[in-house]
Amino acid sequence: MMQKNSKIECKKTSYLTPEKKSKMLIPYAVLCELTHRCPLSCPYCSNPVQLEMKSNEVNTEIWKKALTEAVKLGILQAHFSGGEPTARKDLEVLINHASKEGLYTNLITSGVLVNEERLKKLYDSGLDHVQISIQDTDPKNSEKIAGFKGHNKKLEVCKLVRKVGLPLTINSVMHRQNLHNLKSMIELAVELDAERLEVAQVQYYGWALKNQTAFLPTRKQLDNATKVVEEARIKYKGILAIDYVVPDYYAKKPKSCMGGWGRQFLNITPAGKVLPCHAAESLTFLDFDNIKEKPLSWIWEHSQSFNRFRGTDWMPEPCRSCDRREIDWGGCRCQAFALTGNADAADPACEFSPYRNVLEEPLSKAGTDTPKFIYRKF
Amino acid sequence: MVELIKLKSDDMPKLPRHAKLRYDEARKKWIINAPERVFELDEIAAEIMQMIDGNLSINQIVDKLANKFENAPKEQISKDVIIMLQSLADKGFVIK
Repeated sequence: MMQKNSKIECKKTSYLTPEKKSKMLIPYAVLCELTHRCPLSCPYCSNPVQLEMKSNEVNTEIWKKALTEAVKLGILQAHFSGGEPTARKDLEVLINHASKEGLYTNLITSGVLVNEERLKKLYDSGLDHVQISIQDTDPKNSEKIAGFKGHNKKLEVCKLVRKVGLPLTINSVMHRQNLHNLKSMIELAVELDAERLEVAQVQYYGWALKNQTAFLPTRKQLDNATKVVEEARIKYKGILAIDYVVPDYYAKKPKSCMGGWGRQFLNITPAGKVLPCHAAESLTFLDFDNIKEKPLSWIWEHSQSFNRFRGTDWMPEPCRSCDRREIDWGGCRCQAFALTGNADAADPACEFSPYRNVLEEPLSKAGTDTPKFIYRKF
Repeated sequence: MVELIKLKSDDMPKLPRHAKLRYDEARKKWIINAPERVFELDEIAAEIMQMIDGNLSINQIVDKLANKFENAPKEQISKDVIIMLQSLADKGFVIK
């Protein structure tokens, strides 16, 4: 569902004050992964390869307690995701609780399990914003990617979201097998009356790494997509905001993953584990604390997992002396670990990384073969 | 389709439902919560945004600010307020 780069941005325009350099960092957002159950089986799913069963899911009361603690910690926004969060019957209860506590609530959904009545209930619970994934504008390809026949239902639900009065973001994960439809995706978002479109590129950890050859776009495709986005941003200024992140295999500088490890964001898994990012369980050497056992504020401040890559002290060269070390924070730890086996290494997406050459093989294969998808499954 | 807004001085701007203004205790400042974004407001921006309720025109807001900040020329305030609100309107976070 949620892509790793769709993080909170602290917009700094002329009338905004610079971020205060306080001793303890205050997080902006919590991603609540309520469940790993989902009718879709997208082969680039950001959930871990080892999914949590329903029997391991934490209950309503524990979620409510975590949300209250999140507010105390200074968190401003709660994203409800999954899996498919609407598979949880207590979603309204949780959104209502978060909203009453003062959190801005965002539902990240495939849309396929809801109807108008459920959307009205969610609206009445205090939901602020809905984000719906669309896999492609071509219905056949859309359903092939999702591994589920639900394209028309998604379009219908997008319209219902607007009908009940909720703001809408379309979340489109783009890759080699749908980038040619980017222009029509933008037009669809405008037609559906969405305020925002997230053009997220597949990022290669977990399920997506298993399917990398099927998804990695070619340089030509990517350049074309960038051009399409630039033109659309001008054409739809004030009508549709487009968030666009270039896949980092083609970048020279790594992304500032999560805005820095343990700086802005935390993620709670269906089982209650608190992670600095939703892919962090791929760092198999880390232990994660659980909201069932410890308060969120303790976990944020003291847990081994949050402190392991927080700040710059952990960095080896070339990051340690790099003048971008507090801009990109060394890039993505999960990517570094997945590609080099060394979680402290500079992200190979960085041009200064000694491991940069590990990207050569996948990039040389981009566009040469279309293997069958390995779908996400329990 | 959403309409593109060009703010004029007699418009009465307000926040859309998906943008929420509130005081944040933890950071000791006013913020606007919006989808996947948080705008942290400085003192002046916070003053302005608290007046954006759909009942006051930009002219009236400028008058109030001019009374409060006597040293600033009114034309400058007016210019600054419109630039700020328009930049939020361009992103869909201010409507009229």
